[in-house]
Amino acid sequence: MTRKQRRLTLIGFAGGILAIALGLVLYAMNDTIVFFNSPADIQAKNVQPGTRLRLGGLVKEGSVQRGGDQRITFEVMDAQSAIQVHYKGLLPDLFREGQGIVAEGVLESATVFRADSVLAKHDENYMPREVADTLKKQGHWQGEANAAPKTQ
Amino acid sequence: MFVEAGHFALALALGLSLIQTIVPFWGARTNDPVLMSVGRTTGLAVFGCIAFAFLALTVAYVTSDFSVVNVVENSHSAKPLIYKLSGVWGNHEGSMLLWILILALFGAVVALARNSIPLKLQANTLAVQGAITIAFLLFILLTSNPFTRIIPAPAEGQDLNPLLQDPGLAIHPPLLYIGYVGFSISFAFAIAALIDGRIDAVWARIVRPWTLGAWAFLTLGIAMGSYWAYYELGWGGWWFWDPVENASLMPWLAGTALLHSTVVMEKRDALKVWTILLAILTFSLSLLGTFLVRSGVLTSVHSFAVDPERGTFILGILILFIGGSLALFAWRAPLLKQGGLFAPVSREGALVVNNLFLATACATVLIGTLYPLALEVVTGEKISVGAPFFNFTFLPLIVPLLLLLPLGQTLAWKRGNFLGTAQRLYAVLGLSLLATMAMFAIAHGGPVAAPLGIGLGVYLVLGSLNEIVTRSWSRGAPLAVAWRKAAGLPRSTWGAVLAHAGVGLTVIGIAATAWGVEGLATVKIGDRIKAGDYEARLERVVPRIEANYREDVAVFTIFRQGHELGSLESMKRLYVTRGMPTTEAGIMTVGLGQVYVSLGEVQADGSVGVRIYYKPLVLLIWIGALVMALGGGVSLTDRRLRIGAPARAKMAPGAPVPAE
Repeated sequence: MTRKQRRLTLIGFAGGILAIALGLVLYAMNDTIVFFNSPADIQAKNVQPGTRLRLGGLVKEGSVQRGGDQRITFEVMDAQSAIQVHYKGLLPDLFREGQGIVAEGVLESATVFRADSVLAKHDENYMPREVADTLKKQGHWQGEANAAPKTQ
Repeated sequence: MFVEAGHFALALALGLSLIQTIVPFWGARTNDPVLMSVGRTTGLAVFGCIAFAFLALTVAYVTSDFSVVNVVENSHSAKPLIYKLSGVWGNHEGSMLLWILILALFGAVVALARNSIPLKLQANTLAVQGAITIAFLLFILLTSNPFTRIIPAPAEGQDLNPLLQDPGLAIHPPLLYIGYVGFSISFAFAIAALIDGRIDAVWARIVRPWTLGAWAFLTLGIAMGSYWAYYELGWGGWWFWDPVENASLMPWLAGTALLHSTVVMEKRDALKVWTILLAILTFSLSLLGTFLVRSGVLTSVHSFAVDPERGTFILGILILFIGGSLALFAWRAPLLKQGGLFAPVSREGALVVNNLFLATACATVLIGTLYPLALEVVTGEKISVGAPFFNFTFLPLIVPLLLLLPLGQTLAWKRGNFLGTAQRLYAVLGLSLLATMAMFAIAHGGPVAAPLGIGLGVYLVLGSLNEIVTRSWSRGAPLAVAWRKAAGLPRSTWGAVLAHAGVGLTVIGIAATAWGVEGLATVKIGDRIKAGDYEARLERVVPRIEANYREDVAVFTIFRQGHELGSLESMKRLYVTRGMPTTEAGIMTVGLGQVYVSLGEVQADGSVGVRIYYKPLVLLIWIGALVMALGGGVSLTDRRLRIGAPARAKMAPGAPVPAE
């Protein structure tokens, strides 16, 4: 092999791998990415049922209902609207009524959401950032003070 | 008083790092050995000062000195001693102090390596190291001072985040930081080589052990973090493609590539410019990781507090070092003597392929991690890039790399023969196919990924061991001779074999997760819950009170196909000071698999939500990582690294350079 051929082999190979990687990334960007929405976003954007998304908001007071075998129904709301969420599984430790959560799953209809995972805060001081941002945008943010019932 | 002395020591360290940066650098410019050796003494002194500051903060924690804000916010007098000690770095300020302590420690070790590093290279390296120290000392002193006092001092502290009250906190951050920060040495050496305008195989040999050590620690740190998340968070997952995890995976991937490219440089004096670039990129990714985790742009258990000022400061450091080093690279790299090209089918060719795949895989992780942040800044749209994205992009780039790994390891340097190499792997290929088919037979009809993945893992393990066999055993030779030959192989060969076999073990562990089974139910005392062949029976729920928390302990008896295996305890804890509940999963190890029982809420009627998992071979994921790191350690003891690098041959200016 001449020097030139060796160089071309190397460049060709590197280009090939990069092209494959680029293709994979672009395809995955279209297909695997999940958008974050608040209940109001879902109404405003008219999100189609069957869409996979992350839903964030506050758990409505008094809305949590427990069925058999860890089936749970609750409502996630923001300042403008609310969506009913169905979930089967263990809830995170910091799941409480009135607190911010993020649920990932599929929108079943304009007002019903089936979650396959529910995330709450990592500790008592912080809200999920997306939820906090949404509340701020809607003018309902009251600071960290109301985010956690402190026992002190 | 001691606290103020610690604060003062940090300021003193800042002054000394200024000297460490300017004087040796100037000495290297003017070829003054006295000025150059100033770097050694200041390197040690900076370490001494920072170690003192760290000690001062540790003492404040151990004695529960609640006049220090940092201690108030993150400690409690009733906290067990181990968490008082590890709690020193269980918060933003303290963890930055640990970061810089390790940075200074590495600087001190370079300063002590008197005879194995040429003086000029050492001086420039210490100067670069000093510059990094300045930046992070300023960061601590200006935005994250751990020594701030509070008046009046409260009587009690607010306790440490319960998720961090775990032995994992004592181990995971130091290991990870040694890895992250260790790459700063490779970086400093790379910058020193660029400043000096010369780089050769001797450079590669000097840098290699530092990279190897950092890589081994980073491997351990990531594995430890993964295992910690697995047992602490109660979801039974061991990797979430969370941005914080990606932040540690990226330097690992780049560092792995660097490790392999330095081999080519050392053996064949090629890939020089690429190696320099990789060294810069690896540390840049470590800095990026520090930025992502410490700035508060991500919400996670790692980002202790959100403070935009800090984020801006770290971003500044990031731009300065990454931008500066890449600019220097663009300016100086063309001056470096290029190594030759080489045959595509050869060991060095295979290592280039390794680098291509690793670097590309690293790039996809980088895109997936930064894209959501960039998109939010540009359009305000919030998205999450999760496991599906990474599985789709990362796996197709890593699997071919793994398939090629044993081939590359078997290829000869310079001119390899593809068919001849493949022939040496016939037995390995055959056995791996057999293993795959056996797995298909056992699983009958389970997920396809598991047997294929396990076959790949077996192929990697056998392919690595094959190197030892082919290099020590020849047909008809007595076993004793083969054994002696094998024992006499260079440690670096054994290291590579172990590390690659470790990759295989991890792959087997990951593949077997596809066979995992789980069950979910609300159970009352005496009820059973099933996952595959395994069953758990809830025996009783008892309350227990400890120093800083109280908990409900659920005791389960575990059965396999009706036979009792023993019992395990799962807990639901409430940390009193913070009023924060946590779940402690109960785990029983059966062979290499684990039964994992996690609790939901305990309901008013005494019934409790329970999730049970059985995860076959799951321990192999972390055992594989341990074996990888062990391989790195064995390789570090190689003779050619122990006896130090040979002195540089003086080359007359204009002397002919041997052609490739």
